[in-house]
Amino acid sequence: MTLIKTSYNRRSFLKSSTLAGGGLLLGFSWLASCNPTPEQVSRMPKEWFNINAFLKIGDNGIVTIASPNPEIGQNVKTSMPMIVADELGVDWNNVIVEQAPLNTDIFQRQIAGGSQSIRASWEGLRMAGATAKHMLIAAAADTWQVPASEITIDAGVITHKGSDKSAGFGEMASKAATIPVPEEVVLKDTKDFSIIGTDKRNVDGPNIVTGKPLFGIDIQEEGMLTAMIVHPPAFGMTYKSMNAESVSSMPGIKEVFPIDVYPDDMEQQWSDGGGIAKLVAIVGESTWQCMMAKKALNVEWENSSTLESTAYHEEALEKLLNTNAKEPARNDGNVAKAFNRAAQIIERTYSAPFLAHNTMEPMNFYADVTAERAILNGPIQTPEFLEKSLASRLNLPVEKIDIKMTRMGGGFGRRLYGTFGVEAAVISQKMQAPVKLVYTREDDMTQGTYRPTYKVKYKAGLDKDGNLIAWHVKGVGSNDDLIFENRFPAGAVDNYKAEKFVLETNVTTGAWRAPRSNFVAGAEQSFMDEVAEAAGKDPIEFRLELFDRAMKDPVGNPEKNDYDPERYAGVLKLVKEKSGWDGSVKNGVARGVSAYYCHNSYVAQVLDLTKDSNPPKVDKVWCAVDCGIVINPMAAKNQIEGGIIDGIGHATYSEMTFMDGIPQQSNFDTYRLIRHKEAPREIESYFVDNGIDPTGLGEPSLPPVVGALANALYKATGQRYYKQPFITQKPVLG
Amino acid sequence: MANFSLKINGKTEQVDVDPTTPMLWVLRDHLQMVGTKFGCGIAQCGACTVHLNDNAVRSCQLPVSAVGEQAITTIEGLSENGDHPVQKAWLEEDVYQCGYCQAGQIMNASAFLKKNPNPTDEEIENAMHGNICRCGTYTRIKKAIKNAANLQNA
Repeated sequence: MTLIKTSYNRRSFLKSSTLAGGGLLLGFSWLASCNPTPEQVSRMPKEWFNINAFLKIGDNGIVTIASPNPEIGQNVKTSMPMIVADELGVDWNNVIVEQAPLNTDIFQRQIAGGSQSIRASWEGLRMAGATAKHMLIAAAADTWQVPASEITIDAGVITHKGSDKSAGFGEMASKAATIPVPEEVVLKDTKDFSIIGTDKRNVDGPNIVTGKPLFGIDIQEEGMLTAMIVHPPAFGMTYKSMNAESVSSMPGIKEVFPIDVYPDDMEQQWSDGGGIAKLVAIVGESTWQCMMAKKALNVEWENSSTLESTAYHEEALEKLLNTNAKEPARNDGNVAKAFNRAAQIIERTYSAPFLAHNTMEPMNFYADVTAERAILNGPIQTPEFLEKSLASRLNLPVEKIDIKMTRMGGGFGRRLYGTFGVEAAVISQKMQAPVKLVYTREDDMTQGTYRPTYKVKYKAGLDKDGNLIAWHVKGVGSNDDLIFENRFPAGAVDNYKAEKFVLETNVTTGAWRAPRSNFVAGAEQSFMDEVAEAAGKDPIEFRLELFDRAMKDPVGNPEKNDYDPERYAGVLKLVKEKSGWDGSVKNGVARGVSAYYCHNSYVAQVLDLTKDSNPPKVDKVWCAVDCGIVINPMAAKNQIEGGIIDGIGHATYSEMTFMDGIPQQSNFDTYRLIRHKEAPREIESYFVDNGIDPTGLGEPSLPPVVGALANALYKATGQRYYKQPFITQKPVLG
Repeated sequence: MANFSLKINGKTEQVDVDPTTPMLWVLRDHLQMVGTKFGCGIAQCGACTVHLNDNAVRSCQLPVSAVGEQAITTIEGLSENGDHPVQKAWLEEDVYQCGYCQAGQIMNASAFLKKNPNPTDEEIENAMHGNICRCGTYTRIKKAIKNAANLQNA
């Protein structure tokens, strides 16, 4: 048991009675915004008792738990309430989950990003449940006049064995709501978890399979107009003028006008990165009418900066990598000297293109702005920052801005940048009416905020016994510096040097699922495979030797290394065992391995390709993960599978290219995403069971799979894959 | 603008829209049936899949004027209580991540299974080729389709 002070984020636990006047629970719209199933409706209690900001208990024992964080498909709407429910001791079947709105006064870090939702809220969520449990026990102790210490709670039943008394939550809820919030609460021993660690299905499942309105794009409100935007056709161009006359009179069109989304005097947030300062807005009665007007509209654009092409980006990245950084990011030993005495030197270059996020639900947002207040609702990974942006742009205090969150049709980092929310608000303000802004796929794909294009050069030195004695990495990205200098193999090689470069471009970039790791992991793990081969060693043994070195005799200050070599080696050993690595590989199968650490989690993968299909096809992936305690294994495996398919798909098929600033891909006919027949036949996931507090899972399975794929492709084809997308190299993946 | 009388999910619906309006937007904007999703607008992603008679079609490329007497079924009308074998299999496998593409996947899969009640893996992959899932739930979708086939044939 862990005794824990509740002073941390205590505002979350204050009861509604003390909050009623302050209105802090406003917007925690119990069931108002969601679609309760008929079963849920029939089970609705007559009366609810608010216990704290996270939960309320009905007079019939039903518990509603608020899920504070944005849901982008990472399943926090199910897994976060599971944590609260476990500490509370409620039967999961009696739990209803609600999406909480943005409320920075009572919830922490309402962000979907960096795979940090569970990790950052783990303690707070447990405390929310434990606090409520304490209050229910205190209420029962008072009612039954027995010591609280003798009362237990299990699956929604409060029991005092000595007096043979028991009660459901509903019977004690009213009194529990009057109990003072405790200063300290006892958290469960992790071995006593009964909901955490079990498979729980997605709470929105029944609504998803029946097509209920769940997403921002589904919002319909009284008097709502539809808005679309027209943005510059090229990076480096800006709005000049337009002839809106003919379009304004088209059926259903209300108004066509240029908007200053980001005037100079606005205080921007980081989440406004990639926002286009001036756009054209088309507002009408229906989406199709706006789309037709958009097609017919003639806008003139003018050059405002360089019109860059892909050939330029590729050259510029290469040029930077042929220079030396002023200061290396990390420099252990002396790589130059070590290369001089090396028996073998291997030097390779890897690159990857810009990528679009391509969430299946295009960017959209609902806004209803008046002179006094703003109401926004839609898909956003960073509602807190959108609120701050809007306060400046609309000149309203944050208290007058109400942001609700819908389920998101994908995030992948794109919805960290809520520029579409600002656009919707500015359009609504001008129209003096509620509007729903909707991007077309083409708007969405050509707007920018891309995964940067990257290039990295590795140079490794081996001594005559095949020991790795030197490692030199130079990495560059567009508007991004790519290299994590303190990650593996830093700390495992005597002579290690990392240099970072940034190529400034006007093609806007942003975080894309597992930023930087999504490319550098695959490059590093492909290179590691080549180095192991040159050393004449098994690729897993070669890595394990390095982890062993980092454990026993780390190079440099071990505090600086931001990975735990023991946990790293742990997943590699686990995947080795599960995949039967040491056994003979079946005829017609080519096998690759990879391991990577990011977002505080460790992942190792073995990937099998079927050689005899032409082109080769991914057959099976084994994945071992150390993310500490797994909240919901069924959903965790789903994240892992998704990350693997996402990684294979983008490395193999996808790219954004540019000609004179104009994106050359604008929809799924030209931008290729992985499809059904290209996905692995089977994915097996395994978790390290170590009781460590949970870490991220939305991102970590993606980065390493690119390396496992490249290494298997080499085994299948005899050819190394250096340039993404791999499909540009023959033979390719089927 | 023109009046159209449409047979949708067993009911007759009247709309007054431009004849070029794709069924996708008739459903979403004019009939408030938003289960059918907008993904690409050019029949490349499958998010907008509905049944026209018993065939899976992309509603973003189906002008309202081309529908006539043909019966349209959307995700909202696939079953009365969300208990079509495909829906049940999806729930059982916990297929979805973000969930956005799944209505289209389910509509395509249900039309396919009606024509081919015992599909092989390859037949499933080919039939589902036009439906993109950006979250990468393909392996679960395939499993769910196989389970749905078993449920349907049971």
